Amino acid sequence: MDTQLQRSPLHSQHLSLGARMVPFAGWEMPVQYTGIIPEHTAVRSGLGVFDISHMGQLLVTGSAPQAACNWLDSLLTNNAGKLQPGEGQYSVLLNESGGVIDDLIVYRQNETDYFLVVNASKTSEDFVWMQARLPTADVSLVNQSATFAAMAVQGPNSVAASRQLFSDNSVLPDRFCMAVLPTESGDVIVCRTGYTGEDGFELFCPVVDAEHWWQKCLDAGATPAGLGARDTLRLEKCYPLNGNDLSPEHTPLEAGLGFAVDLTKADFVGKSVLAQQKSAGLARKLVAIRQLDRSPPPRPGYAVFHGEEQVGTLTSGGVSPSLGCGISLAYIEQPHFTIGTALDVEIRGKRFPAEVVKKPFV
Amino acid sequence: MNIPDNLKYAATHEWVRSDDDDIVTIGISDYAQAEMTELVYVELPDVGRQVKASEEVAVVESVKSASDIYSPVSGEVVEVNTALSDNPALVNESPFDNGWLFKLKLSQPDELNGLLDAASYKAKISD
Repeated sequence: MDTQLQRSPLHSQHLSLGARMVPFAGWEMPVQYTGIIPEHTAVRSGLGVFDISHMGQLLVTGSAPQAACNWLDSLLTNNAGKLQPGEGQYSVLLNESGGVIDDLIVYRQNETDYFLVVNASKTSEDFVWMQARLPTADVSLVNQSATFAAMAVQGPNSVAASRQLFSDNSVLPDRFCMAVLPTESGDVIVCRTGYTGEDGFELFCPVVDAEHWWQKCLDAGATPAGLGARDTLRLEKCYPLNGNDLSPEHTPLEAGLGFAVDLTKADFVGKSVLAQQKSAGLARKLVAIRQLDRSPPPRPGYAVFHGEEQVGTLTSGGVSPSLGCGISLAYIEQPHFTIGTALDVEIRGKRFPAEVVKKPFV
Repeated sequence: MNIPDNLKYAATHEWVRSDDDDIVTIGISDYAQAEMTELVYVELPDVGRQVKASEEVAVVESVKSASDIYSPVSGEVVEVNTALSDNPALVNESPFDNGWLFKLKLSQPDELNGLLDAASYKAKISD
């Protein structure tokens, strides 16, 4: 394994659980323990825990009221000004042409501090981009990624598990909210989010406490789950993956993330391009495609045809463990992106019939 | 890791079992199925196709990836394991038995001598 790869504080736990380790976003992370399908099923029907220590955390602090919020609102697509302390929102960091640098969640931790959770592969890029745009006074930006270990506890049993992890009378924050929970092992940050489409929470703790909290998750009945299941779970819910479905070449509107874009805000980086796109109409859109017949798994890079015309390329794809059929995402040129459009996915030189379907798949 | 003594192996992790009248059965090894992880799709050659040794003849796909399967020997495809279309995981559960992939009528039976025996294959995957 590449010696340049970073290791999670939970590395030895993964090895002792028999995980298959793979390089991912500069980290050596578990892709699966027993199998992607059983791990996927555990999260959909019970409880799973993912090591997400590779994800980045950035802390934005304002010395004056509104300073941090106003600055974030000049960089991010969503409206940070609407956040009350303890609330979070999904948001997108854009380049000057409106293309996606990263998708992230921003939480307002208290009156002045904002806690951003960003993709592992983009942590440095986000930090450098934001730092270059810091105002000279009033706002500070700190990369706290090395401070925290993190795990995502996901599945319908996550509320019950939280009582075992914390205390019987502890209350999880509401969906998309965060709380700092005092525990016998010190404070932990708990966010009621995840990327699986199931109820659950993400737990951020000091690196030295990683093993303690991981073991508590396992003791609470969570099945350890790897990147493989994380990918099938998010794909079934049509959550885009940066680097696959999100890229600097596409705007969040094309990616179907309009719900996280507030064009009524004062200016933000990329806004003019999005406003123009919105008024002109989208030339392409990231759509959900379902294979109609028995077909090999659709995979990223496969071409999508409408008749003899190539109208897109898959950015994510695979077999849905829940549906048992091939599902994928692709940017499809207009007018072929409407729901119900018949398309073909080309797999090893053969065309397999598919259809644009409503998001999410599951 | 199961490596039956009565089979021949290719460096690309296929196994060959000699049946009768120059007919051989071909599948992938226990090691290969474990490396691939749970299979969700198997694409097999058409019966009647003439294949050459080392030619890509089948594809096995897990949730994460697709892998080409090479024919270890030359011949005509005389039968494929149709049970795999409904249950590709048979390859994982029973790689040397119910999870076989296809059968060939050998056109160059001497090619069998060029394959690895169980001990050599074991040494190869232990590297």
